[in-house]
Amino acid sequence: MKNRKKHWYDYLWIVTPIYLGLGFFNIMFAWLGMIFFLLPLLIAIFNGSKLYCNRYCDRGQFLQLLGGRLGLSRNKPTPNWMRSKAFRYGFLIFFFAMFFQMLYVTYLVGSGAENLRQVVKLFWTFKLPWNWAYHGTALPLWAAQFAFGFYSMMLTSTLIGFIVMALYKPRTWCVFCPMGTTTQLICKAKAGSCTACGGGCTHSCDVMEGESEYESVG
Amino acid sequence: MASKKFAEVGEYCVACGSCVKVCPRSAISVWKGVIARTDKELCVGCGICAKECPAGAITLQNREEQI
Repeated sequence: MKNRKKHWYDYLWIVTPIYLGLGFFNIMFAWLGMIFFLLPLLIAIFNGSKLYCNRYCDRGQFLQLLGGRLGLSRNKPTPNWMRSKAFRYGFLIFFFAMFFQMLYVTYLVGSGAENLRQVVKLFWTFKLPWNWAYHGTALPLWAAQFAFGFYSMMLTSTLIGFIVMALYKPRTWCVFCPMGTTTQLICKAKAGSCTACGGGCTHSCDVMEGESEYESVG
Repeated sequence: MASKKFAEVGEYCVACGSCVKVCPRSAISVWKGVIARTDKELCVGCGICAKECPAGAITLQNREEQI
């Protein structure tokens, strides 16, 4: 295999441990996670590409590093059900339902109907005490509640990523990553329906020649 | 390149770009964030991308005509 020149964005895997580490000490850093949420969407909407997944995604790179170079993955094929459209879209809907539920709790705390919960909820079920990471801020309580909720979501999805990385391929998480599925849907809508075969782009074909935004040159 | 096989990307592709990073011939790229596509001219059918693909979307196909 040829040696490719390393770019600055090849080191973005470091962002994953830094982000999770910062949230361990001060939960308000969880707000930085909005970048991982908005950037892929903006790139997909304005550039019509998955350049975020392809090049900049820190989690994808981190899983690649652990499962690939460090050999922590079994490297077995991802099961059929896990790569099915039903599971991908189902997980997307579930993930966003949980996201909106988290926003609702944020609203309840903001309106004073509920107290701030200084817990990180793993897998939407297990509550971990996390009270050392919040020292009170000048910001309103709902901002702290959102941080706890958002960090829970990021930690949970990273752990799911680790589990499927160990069991299957390094980047199996990418198969059903909610952001990946969303950006691919946006890109499909932007690319329009191809008229070549009417197959809805289910395989690579000659019509696509020379129109790639992410080439493996460099 | 007179290889007997080439990599074809199927409908399971999630356009994550894992294949692009490992291709030794730079023969694969992501098309508009929709699907990865291979350049049949460049592909030597080594199968590294197929092994890497988390969605199992890449299969090696026999070339129809031999050069």
